Amino acid sequence: MDALEIARWQFGITTVYHFMMVPLTIGLGLVVAVIQTVWYRTGKPEYLRMTKFWGKLFLINFIMGVATGIVQEFQFGMAWSEYSRFVGDVFGAPLALEALLAFFVESTFLGLWIFGWKQLKQGVHLACLWIAVIGSVFSAYFIIVANSWMQHPVGVEMINGRPVMTDAWAVFTNNTALVAVPHTLFGALAVAGGFLLGIAWYHLWRRRHDGIDTVGPDGKVIPGEADIPGRDKADYKVWIASLRIGAVVAMISFAGTALTGDLQGKLMFEQQPMKMAAAEAACHDGTGFSVLSVGNVGSKNCDDIVAVIEVPGILSFLAKGDFTTEVKGVNSLLDQYKADYGTHLPDNPIYGDRAGQEIEYVPVMEVTYWGFRMMIGFGGLAALAALVALWATRKGTVPASRGLMRLAVVGIMAPFGANAAGWIFTEMGRQPFVVAPNPDPSGIDQVFMFTAAAVSPGVSAGELLTSLVVLTGVYAVLLVVEVRLLVKYIRGGVVSAMPELAHAPVDENEDATPGPDGTGKPGDADDVLAFAY
Amino acid sequence: MELLPTIWFIAIAVLWTGYLFLEGFDLGVGMLMKLFARNNTERRVLLNTIGPVWDGNEVWLLTAGGATFAAFPLWYASLFSALYLPLLLVLVALIFRAVAFEYRGKVDTDRWRAVWDWAIAAGSLVAAFGVGAALALTTTGLPLNANGDREGGPFAWFSGYAVLGGFAVVCFSLLHALAFLALKTDGDVRHRARRWFVRLLPVLVLPIAGWAISVQLLSGEAWTMAAVAAAVVAAAFAWHFGRNGLEGRAFLSLGVFLLLGSASIFGAAFPVVLPSTINADFNLTISNASSSDYTLGLMTIVACVGLPLVLAYQAWTYWVFRRRVSAAHIPEAHSFLPAIAARALAPKD
Repeated sequence: MDALEIARWQFGITTVYHFMMVPLTIGLGLVVAVIQTVWYRTGKPEYLRMTKFWGKLFLINFIMGVATGIVQEFQFGMAWSEYSRFVGDVFGAPLALEALLAFFVESTFLGLWIFGWKQLKQGVHLACLWIAVIGSVFSAYFIIVANSWMQHPVGVEMINGRPVMTDAWAVFTNNTALVAVPHTLFGALAVAGGFLLGIAWYHLWRRRHDGIDTVGPDGKVIPGEADIPGRDKADYKVWIASLRIGAVVAMISFAGTALTGDLQGKLMFEQQPMKMAAAEAACHDGTGFSVLSVGNVGSKNCDDIVAVIEVPGILSFLAKGDFTTEVKGVNSLLDQYKADYGTHLPDNPIYGDRAGQEIEYVPVMEVTYWGFRMMIGFGGLAALAALVALWATRKGTVPASRGLMRLAVVGIMAPFGANAAGWIFTEMGRQPFVVAPNPDPSGIDQVFMFTAAAVSPGVSAGELLTSLVVLTGVYAVLLVVEVRLLVKYIRGGVVSAMPELAHAPVDENEDATPGPDGTGKPGDADDVLAFAY
Repeated sequence: MELLPTIWFIAIAVLWTGYLFLEGFDLGVGMLMKLFARNNTERRVLLNTIGPVWDGNEVWLLTAGGATFAAFPLWYASLFSALYLPLLLVLVALIFRAVAFEYRGKVDTDRWRAVWDWAIAAGSLVAAFGVGAALALTTTGLPLNANGDREGGPFAWFSGYAVLGGFAVVCFSLLHALAFLALKTDGDVRHRARRWFVRLLPVLVLPIAGWAISVQLLSGEAWTMAAVAAAVVAAAFAWHFGRNGLEGRAFLSLGVFLLLGSASIFGAAFPVVLPSTINADFNLTISNASSSDYTLGLMTIVACVGLPLVLAYQAWTYWVFRRRVSAAHIPEAHSFLPAIAARALAPKD
């Protein structure tokens, strides 16, 4: 493998990994903030417990997003120096603003939230969480503005061979970003919904299995209590409320991703027609959406692909909103791309050994085709499962089946899979460009960059391979650690996040934390810290 | 001379100084986990002095990096790609360190804590050394060709300056952490930290002084040399205050020392942001490495609003957690697992 291939694998692996942590951070952060708000307003103990429990899992995951995020920012300069030189004038700004306006907010206020349970008044403490969560939403916005510029460059002029920002408003309100941001946020909420649903299901099942909750003759649950710390009736309420919140969040966010995804698709048919043709593995112009295509999907010659099941009109609907407009297939687009952007990479030293090679305009079709379908499939499956879960728990608890419980827990993975597949699809589908040309006929269409020109010329394949191995190894080890910690804390239940429950099983509002009615007395000099490392 | 690139050169110098001032002490506290703390309680005292703030401090690094990318893309591209392997080490160190803070207390066994204590100490050491080396090299030069790419292989960056800069930031961080602990803790840790601070100060300021003086020899000007002299005076004041038990003033004097030292270094390097040791014609300067005035203007406006806000709410954080931490404040480690999980794991029926 040469330097370019290794650098691409590294970027792909580190980004997909980072984006396992990020959606859970964003989604769960929002959910915990809402739950704590409910506790603040109602004072019901189960909502404090939910805040503490889900907040603990949120933090275990949050730190991994922080740790792996630094790699992302450094990587542009380290491995993609030509890219950084080319786009720096316009691409650096959203990254700098992300750090200045979002990361600072997120990390500072989260620190206040974690350590400030006693030092801050309840309302201020809650506000800190909201500010941190809003910070994470802003951070998503800025990074998607940066990414969207790579998908659809706007607001620049070419000066001395480099795009120079001339219209910041256009960059920060890029229509590609405006639809990608809500799509990403709904995707993050879908992850959180599935997470709540699966884990709450496990605990409700556990309570039944341990004989704490029983089911009456009418099928309705009879919540019970056991002589185990934290296993009281309030604990039942924690899990049933979590399950229902999770299921509702999962369904709403799937609807949200579908709506925003449809808008995105329509934009993408205009902005990156080849990506969408490759998502369909569609060679010829047509109107039909392929439900299943077989043959050699990855073949360079896309006439090897046969659409087995095709729904006429749907592709046109996805692209244009009607059922009849012909959507261009790979073959006709290929001629157009060759005419517009050349058939061979220019004889320029920045292409290294690849100078003069023929340009492969069709992305790897098995990735785009299946990535697109996995995104939709996993997302839809999770939403369907959430609907079934709501129905199955209508009488107040989950079925006693161990298999169903396992399915619910494994189902946590589905929205993660949808997120990863979506990103892999959209990034791989942009190839061979790192900055895709904007086909808008306003003269901006010469702003593009081939991925082959983006890698650092001064960095050797050996260095890149070293970092690929090191980072992948470190990430693998940390994934095992994170998942084991999460499992441990999930199994431990609420008491794992609220050890005070083990001492005083009832009335924890009075005991450990100042109540929401403002009876707290911040900063009592002889107290031990409310939270400490 | 261009106004906006100059402003951004200063802004980036300020961001790096802010980073060294804030993360300086938490990197140092990390190293002191192994060098200074005697038992688990003391280690937890150390950790909790920086617990609420270290993550916010680390964002200064991200902001410095991001601002360099946005304001001087050619500087960012050349520096980060030339220092590929050392920055990889910094990244790995920061990853382990961050995770260690959060995970250390999550399992109640000595072995678990020992692993993460090492991750914190070694991670802090490597990160401080790597950042110091990178900063020293951007002021003293790298073997860059006309395109700004490194010549001479993966280790061509290595030089005495790299080692000096690495030691400079490591030693400063240790010293700064001792001053910080004297200010933020109580009891035995506080007194020992102050004692160590007074004893070690004369030695620990040497590498950073060496770096500052080297840069003066390469490209110093009258005012930057005066700044070095003033920094030495500030260090003397820090020592004096430390000896007399004025912990707040000692800490602030050390901050002034950093500010002056950093001004003398960045000031002497200006207007070159990254010299080429191959040919001075290949030097990256504030003129040939910067973004357009439009981008810099936009960033200036945002920074004028954003940076004061950041300073305000970070200062508020320090105010909220202003209480000194001592062994008495540390809650006992809890072992919650048996309650439910033991039952859950036991076979039913």
